[in-house]
Amino acid sequence: MTNKFISIEGIAKRYPGASGATTTVFENLWLSMARGEFCCVIGHSGCGKTTVLNILAGLDAPSEGVVIVDGQAISGTSLDRAVIFQSHALLPWRTVLGNVAYAVSSKWRKWDRARVKAHAQTFIDLVGLTGSEHKRPSELSGGMKQRVGIARALSITPKMMLMDEPFSALDALTRGTLQDEVRRICLETGQTAFMITHDVDEAIYLADKIFLMTNGPGAVLAEVVENPLPRDRGRTDLHRHPLYYALRNHIIDFLVTRSKTFTAETPDHDPRNVPVVHIAKPGLTIASNGDEPRQTWTPGTNPGLTA
Amino acid sequence: MTTSSLRLRAGLVSIALLAAFLGVWHLATRSTGTVATMSPEYAKLMGLTATQGKSAMPGPLDVGAKLWEHLRRPFYDNGPNDKGLGIQLGYSIARVGMGYLLAVLVAIPLGFLIGMSPLLSKALDPFIQVLKPISPLAWMPLALYTIKDSSISAIFVIFICSIWPMLLNTVFGVASVRKEWINVARTLEVGTLRRAFTVILPAAAPTILTGMRISIGIAWLVIVAAEMLVGGTGIGYFVWNEWNNLSITNVIIAILLIGVVGMLLDQILARFTRMVTFPE
Repeated sequence: MTNKFISIEGIAKRYPGASGATTTVFENLWLSMARGEFCCVIGHSGCGKTTVLNILAGLDAPSEGVVIVDGQAISGTSLDRAVIFQSHALLPWRTVLGNVAYAVSSKWRKWDRARVKAHAQTFIDLVGLTGSEHKRPSELSGGMKQRVGIARALSITPKMMLMDEPFSALDALTRGTLQDEVRRICLETGQTAFMITHDVDEAIYLADKIFLMTNGPGAVLAEVVENPLPRDRGRTDLHRHPLYYALRNHIIDFLVTRSKTFTAETPDHDPRNVPVVHIAKPGLTIASNGDEPRQTWTPGTNPGLTA
Repeated sequence: MTTSSLRLRAGLVSIALLAAFLGVWHLATRSTGTVATMSPEYAKLMGLTATQGKSAMPGPLDVGAKLWEHLRRPFYDNGPNDKGLGIQLGYSIARVGMGYLLAVLVAIPLGFLIGMSPLLSKALDPFIQVLKPISPLAWMPLALYTIKDSSISAIFVIFICSIWPMLLNTVFGVASVRKEWINVARTLEVGTLRRAFTVILPAAAPTILTGMRISIGIAWLVIVAAEMLVGGTGIGYFVWNEWNNLSITNVIIAILLIGVVGMLLDQILARFTRMVTFPE
């Protein structure tokens, strides 16, 4: 509990609905992440994942609660928290270099042109776009555009990266390559990352922790699944890991059935102490944030864990 | 079929149409020979219209000859009612330029402000909606009474007619900048002023330039009418003066030149629009 780099404390988001009623997307949401951790959020559309990310980014303000990053409550956006947008959001009138340099010169206002350019170039090289610096976004493929988005986010050397389904608009091959790149870069730079995804395999490949959210409105964070796969996992032999299918089935079961029924079936769910799920053969061990003694969840009650 | 051959064929059709038009014009206005016998002195007094059945409408050859005469000496000045066409057009272009520039200076910053502020947008909307459809010439008496200078009044009329398309397009362009671009600027902690110049202005520029292009077209339409009213100088005054002289040839030449200058102004703005347009 001492290692909370990011702590979301009891946030809620409500919108004024029709005829004076308010719609609650989620409330009393607690969530924490350690420094250098890669976390993925999985949930169906409408559960407020993007709202959580926007609140973390400072683009949106919570109706209640606070977000604490590195010991300080956040208010508004910050250069410490870089966002990779789903739609890449490149400025089409700027070149690749121009887009990255815009971010660099926003962070270091006093740098001269040459220094900004050199710094931006480093990150363009890092994402493998050397040679395309002077192209405009319209001349790039979808994957290359998202690479520029990643370079732009990394170039300001943020404390954390926020990604809203960054690869969902890409074809499968490009997505795989970019996942490798993001994983490599995050490991190399020790980046803390928060990613929204719909892709279970993407979450398993990238994440250290996977947050499962129930359906909205009134969505809750149901479980935090710890990824049992080794940190140096590779894409090619990922599915051969003995716990891979147990993990995958657990997540898919959640998405298919338990995301709908969780709230009704678990009336004593404590949003401040979301159960942490450790997948281990043959059963499933569950513990609540490590504070309380671990309970054992016997196989059979959880349909996914027959492996 | 390649595009170059399409362009060639279109050019040929254009030339054929022009030739047909000039031909019909020539045939319709030519002399039909002597229609009445009269004493030579009386005939001289009556002119070709009565004696040879010639139409009062000049033919293309008359207009061409007169045009050549004008083009050879565009800048002569023989007093208030006899100036070269170059001078007259120069006056008109200068008035349009002044009024238009003033309108740009007002409309674009104001449009930015309105576009960025939903409050101002709602508050000013009724005024804009009422002022926009007023014919610019309806302002003329008010302008003459308050400004007491006919030339400045004409500039004011140009200002008032070219401000609306620019203002509305700027408001629309600024208000509909993609949210994701604004969010990029926000996550990079870009200040309001820098955001306005580095994100909103380039994003809204194509829409703003389209408004400016509509405005220059309207301004050029209005200047002719305004100069007919205020008199003195300008291509509009020239048209009216030549009408009073019953010189249809000069009126036709002026019409032709008004069209050419209007086209050039539009092309200049079109070029600027292309410069700021970005492919997505």
